[in-house]
Amino acid sequence: MSAMNELTKGFFKENPIFKQALGMCPFLAVTSSVENAIGMGAAATFVLVASNFLVSLFRKAIPAKVRIPAYIVIIATFVTLVDLLMNAYVPALHRNLGIFIPLIVVNCIILGRAEGYANKNTVFHSILDGIGMGIGFTLAMVIMATFREILGNGSWLNINLLGEAYQNQPLLIAILAPGAFILMGFILGFFNIMEKRRKGGDK
Amino acid sequence: MTPAALLAAFIAAPEGGEASFSVARMMAIIISAIFVNNFVLMRFLGICPFLGVSKQLDSAVGMGAAVIFVMVLASLGSYLVYHNVLVPHELVYLRTISFIIIIASLVQLVEMILQKFSPALYDALGIYLPLITTNCAILGVAVLNIEEKFSLGYALINAVAAGIGFTLALVLMAGLRERMETANVPASLRGLPIAFLIAGAMSIAFLGFAGLGG
Repeated sequence: MSAMNELTKGFFKENPIFKQALGMCPFLAVTSSVENAIGMGAAATFVLVASNFLVSLFRKAIPAKVRIPAYIVIIATFVTLVDLLMNAYVPALHRNLGIFIPLIVVNCIILGRAEGYANKNTVFHSILDGIGMGIGFTLAMVIMATFREILGNGSWLNINLLGEAYQNQPLLIAILAPGAFILMGFILGFFNIMEKRRKGGDK
Repeated sequence: MTPAALLAAFIAAPEGGEASFSVARMMAIIISAIFVNNFVLMRFLGICPFLGVSKQLDSAVGMGAAVIFVMVLASLGSYLVYHNVLVPHELVYLRTISFIIIIASLVQLVEMILQKFSPALYDALGIYLPLITTNCAILGVAVLNIEEKFSLGYALINAVAAGIGFTLALVLMAGLRERMETANVPASLRGLPIAFLIAGAMSIAFLGFAGLGG
């Protein structure tokens, strides 16, 4: 039961994007298409699980004073691994994500989980936490990318949904930079309303 | 080192980069980094401090100054290490790790030097410095300098301009948010949601610069 909770809390209850507002930079930047969102989500999840595993494994060996640099080096190692693997096997996706792959290093979700969870919990729970948070992050990106790709390109995961007539004249702003900010504003506003409804229902 | 040799070192381009230095290209880099590809509003780098430190004008200016300062130092350090250590020894795959270590240690060093020699400046910038290590704009500009194959001179100009672009966005945002305090915002949009909507409106304005300066 507890293990299940560690896994699923990242999906909605403690969703890194919608509830904790962490990892905003890659979230806004790569959600212009669902494909990019899934690619970034997979890369970040891998780094998250691997770094959580290693940090948790060495949690008693790393002195408290140098723990942050140690975590950063661990995270950077896995990011380099992902960078090289993606460059070798999915070069097109690697090109699309570009600078945001090395920037996974400074994604606050990953350092946040290392510092806030993995350094005081068992290896098994830390891995589950990493998977859960990774899925939560990916889920949030896919939701955002779904809005942006359908509005801005008339397609979902490169499958044409709205027909050629729409694709010739789409709501282009949705996949440009402003669309990301504006949609995020409305999504967070929507979450605020839901939260208020839920609290109101409790009374 | 003679001034001429120093100048040559600044404009020497890495393999595949542009060899010559021109004022026109320099202006293009500056305009691109500040307006066309504004780090915050167009490239989505440094969103966390952009949303976190933009509630008051004073702290926005302080954060902006600290970011420009560290960006230039980080660009210099990462550029020299990349082209003088990593490339000759074929260790290019260590780029991410070495850059993040350079940035983290630079921030620490700057913090200690400021504390010792300029307590006034330390008081003004001190609280922002630790936040800067995880500011993706710093690592972003270091990586971009390498990927664009800039010469050292262009890289430093790009770093200053990117920092100014970041500060511009931050200060504009802080000015708007100070006014938002007294505005009648719908309850569900208060706080972060309205900040995102404002950023979106600013981003639309910056979209107008597209195509400027090539």
